[in-house]
Amino acid sequence: MTDQTSAAIVRIRGVNKTYASGFQALKDVNLDIKRGEIFALLGPNGAGKTTLISIICGIVNASSGTVIADGHDTLRDYRAARASIGLVPQELHTDAFESVWSTMSFSRGLFGKAPNPAHLEKVLRDLSLWDKRDAKIMTLSGGMKRRVLIAKALAHEPRILFLDEPSAGVDVELRHDMWRMVRELRANGTTIILTTHYIEEAEDMADRIGVINKGELIIVEDKKVLMRKLGKKQLAITLRQPMRSIPDALDDWSLELTEGGHTLVYSFDTQKEETGIAALLRALGEHGIDFKDLRSSESSLEDIFVSLVHQPNEVTV
Amino acid sequence: MNLHGIRAIYRFEMARTFRTVMQSIAAPVLTTSLYFIVFGKAIGSRMGDIDNISYGAFIIPGLVMLSLLSESISNASFGIYMPKWAGTIYELLSAPVSWIEVLIGYVGAAATKSVMLGLLIMGTARLFVPYEIAHPFWLIAILLLTAVTFSLFGFIIGLWADNFQKLQVVPLLIVTPLTFLGGAFYSINMLPPLWQKITLFNPVVYLISGFRWAFYGMADVHIGVSVGVTLGFLLICLTFVWWVFNTGYKLRS
Repeated sequence: MTDQTSAAIVRIRGVNKTYASGFQALKDVNLDIKRGEIFALLGPNGAGKTTLISIICGIVNASSGTVIADGHDTLRDYRAARASIGLVPQELHTDAFESVWSTMSFSRGLFGKAPNPAHLEKVLRDLSLWDKRDAKIMTLSGGMKRRVLIAKALAHEPRILFLDEPSAGVDVELRHDMWRMVRELRANGTTIILTTHYIEEAEDMADRIGVINKGELIIVEDKKVLMRKLGKKQLAITLRQPMRSIPDALDDWSLELTEGGHTLVYSFDTQKEETGIAALLRALGEHGIDFKDLRSSESSLEDIFVSLVHQPNEVTV
Repeated sequence: MNLHGIRAIYRFEMARTFRTVMQSIAAPVLTTSLYFIVFGKAIGSRMGDIDNISYGAFIIPGLVMLSLLSESISNASFGIYMPKWAGTIYELLSAPVSWIEVLIGYVGAAATKSVMLGLLIMGTARLFVPYEIAHPFWLIAILLLTAVTFSLFGFIIGLWADNFQKLQVVPLLIVTPLTFLGGAFYSINMLPPLWQKITLFNPVVYLISGFRWAFYGMADVHIGVSVGVTLGFLLICLTFVWWVFNTGYKLRS
């Protein structure tokens, strides 16, 4: 066993999943999650993120392959494996008529832990839910329900925490609270795996990032390395006169002509010392190309996924 | 054994029962009281004794069974169907609990409620009709066995159902007719010979007959056969649930 393997708290080997409908949700996924890291799994809708998490947690059966969680096979030794895992699902699935305190107590018991009111109180206070402990879940707002799901997942003190799209429908304040808590959990040794659509979220939080698309893990990389690859920005230059084609003199820049020749789009790398914008604008002036507006934007994660799907080699590190 | 897990499920289910006490306890007790007033007092007073037992007393075991079966099924089927419907089943599926622990929690709670209800109905019946119990040990044993078996059957219905209609269709269209035709209000000896044979295919006959034997020491079929048939049904249900949890049928995709 290599050092890297022994440091892995979750080991996924050759996992495939084909649903009864014939849809292949996962294709030969191999992945090691390191102990104590925050790992972000990115991917568009239907990429297989939730299926992968569900297989690790025991909610979905894999068609083939193995998953080891905290040293235990998730099928053969499911008790020990599952006891170490906490899951915050994507959807707000809650018991409407239960109180916050009783639903948390239920979760802790279900995962085989003796009652520990002090721990439950700490989790509820950390999530600003202590005042709501006797409230029925149905009376809480969406954001509060999300906190309740996190509280339930933490009730049995898991060593591995899965957060499936935790920011969906959550306001800025809760998002910040949540990330503060995630950092604290990591500081206390909990490994965190999150899925997200938001690149900023992954950028803020993750140590490593995996990108999954159409059931395949396209890339797994240290965040800093990956952000350099994904951190492209675009400058849209609205022209006074439309162009038929890009002049040869502008070949040095990566330009695209859009909107029927009315807009020049320049893609540049924010990580480089020189973005090339100043030189481009000078060149436009020198060649008498007038423009009336400039607009810079960061490519969305969806755009990046599209580029990953069509040109996977471009981003493979 | 995850005892904390079993306790958590059991307490959750019992809390649900007490939250809906009007629906789950008061309503069946009221319905049964109405049966006693109508069949036991009003109509029963004009009917002759059956095997030297007054008609009012004769129908008690059948009426208790009627409530016991329908409440066991409905309580256990709702218990497992609701998390499926609300999506909270994810927690049960990802928890370190075995299928037998899940069963003890859900079926145990459903059966507890049914037994409580059965005893309550027997107590209510005592207000209307005087009766003595010939075999108290067997009465409790049959009460428990029936409650557990039919709670297990209800659990299976809850696993199988993927809408509210399916949840109701088996209790309403199969179990209730079988119970009415299972000798709740008559002795099968009162039927024509051919129907006496046909009715033996109705499993509820064995339950009611066994229960009536525990009350009054008289039965349509031998008590051993009654207990044997119920145990056989229990084993079939257990095997099915074991298969469901092992294959993931309707639970894990």
